[in-house]
Amino acid sequence: MPPVAEKNVFEGSPSGALAGVRSDFPIFARKFGGSDSRPPSPLIYLDSAATTQKPRVVIDALAEHLRDHNANVHRGVYELAQEADAAFEGARARIAAFAGARRQVTIFTKNTTEAINLVAYSWGRANVGPGDAVLITQMEHHANIVPWQVLCRERGAILRYLDVDEQGELSLDALDAELARGDVRLVAFAHVSNVLGTINPVAEMLARARAAGARTLIDGAQAIPHMAVEVDALDADFYAWSGHKALGPTGIGVLHGRRELLEEMPPFLTGGDMIASVDFQSATWNELPYKFEAGTPPVAEAVGLGAAVAYLQALGMERVREHERTLTAYMLERLAEVPGLRVVGPASAERRGGLASFTIDGIHPHDVAELVARAGVCIRAGHHCAQPLMRCLGVGATARASVGVYNDRADVDALVDALLAGREVFGL
Amino acid sequence: MDDLYRDYILDHYKHPRNFGELEPHDLEALEHNPLCGDELAVQIRVQDGRIEDLRFQGHGCAISQAAASIASEELKGMALAEVGELGADWMIELLGIPVSATRRKCALLNLKVVRGAVTGDHAWPA
Repeated sequence: MPPVAEKNVFEGSPSGALAGVRSDFPIFARKFGGSDSRPPSPLIYLDSAATTQKPRVVIDALAEHLRDHNANVHRGVYELAQEADAAFEGARARIAAFAGARRQVTIFTKNTTEAINLVAYSWGRANVGPGDAVLITQMEHHANIVPWQVLCRERGAILRYLDVDEQGELSLDALDAELARGDVRLVAFAHVSNVLGTINPVAEMLARARAAGARTLIDGAQAIPHMAVEVDALDADFYAWSGHKALGPTGIGVLHGRRELLEEMPPFLTGGDMIASVDFQSATWNELPYKFEAGTPPVAEAVGLGAAVAYLQALGMERVREHERTLTAYMLERLAEVPGLRVVGPASAERRGGLASFTIDGIHPHDVAELVARAGVCIRAGHHCAQPLMRCLGVGATARASVGVYNDRADVDALVDALLAGREVFGL
Repeated sequence: MDDLYRDYILDHYKHPRNFGELEPHDLEALEHNPLCGDELAVQIRVQDGRIEDLRFQGHGCAISQAAASIASEELKGMALAEVGELGADWMIELLGIPVSATRRKCALLNLKVVRGAVTGDHAWPA
């Protein structure tokens, strides 16, 4: 894998950009749209909460692996197979170190969704029974709701929700009250909400759950790529995240777990590579992390994600967070200029990841997204896979703008200009 | 002039025809657009095998609301057998704007709910 040079990043530049970053992403050289009335526009990408764009080092690492080092892993004795092994396990070590976790408890999955399902099926079915409760929150993504619904229905357990208040925050007192009921086996919650942007008080929540004897799972899909996360130091029982939201390829996610739990848990998927030995009627399981990686794993994707986290590390996660925090503060300030626009979630960028979900009086969020798309601005509209939260907010849908390392103030300005122009189209 | 958000589309969006409740009614149905969570319900009164009157209820984008409003005016008086035969092209032509692939379900939600109420077929119109 090509080494990534330390980046020369200028703090506090007037454009709000991380200097030199945008040109690392080939997609920003493309032009989009264009018609008789509109010239082609560059990509103004404000949808990184859905998936991030990929830097050249990731694209190159993927291509280089497939071109020069491709073989199946964990089996071959020839030189090429050893290269593939080294690339795959090297990527795992790099990814584990990036997240502050140990290599043996860093399991590759397809995405965050599969990581959560792994826990629900493997740990959940062995540890949650009739009368037990699983506690989640009203701000969860469907990926951290539906697996628990299915588990609770199957096991005769109860699924309960922590409320989200008017500011888009959870209450630690409410968490205490829930835990005091004595039946909570697992507390599962988002590190950062994909709709509200809320950064949850993860350390405090984990401490309370631990003190009450409940296990914990954190959905880190919106946190890992945007701020420094030290999984070991957090001491959650499970921490799940996705590669494609962290500048890496699709098709790879990560589950970090507590070693003692992973050792006890039965496998999730079974088949090749996850076994120690197979007899006609039974099998024994491979050691961690392989016990949870049935079949040929996403080798090239792991190599790509390894390059992505190396790129992020070279930028420095503290800088990434500072960049996104100041840009989000600017976005909140500029969005307030649009008449009839209401942002949901915490008022302060300090309490938010790099995103803002909003509604505009008189224009449905889908139309908002369509109107700004004409100016080349990419945002998302809909329920963001969080329909229960939409119900709590009393809206059917919201529009959402989210930032990444490559965005700057000009992207936010383009969004606000497009929103103002969109209101005129609607005669507002 | 805007290709998509033409004056008549915005007029139907802001002042949808045949929206509200219909009592008494003979048929009703409710459908969702899983893409965006929008929902649309319809209540239909039938006389002599025809739609005598109908009302939509729900929320959605300009395309889905305008499509329902415009369709409602055409559907009044239509034979139920004819409603069952209506396809996606009917709705798209009636709407008269270029509907992109991602907005197609917005435009077709009303036809899906009406066909569901009349025929029990809950598939997306083809």
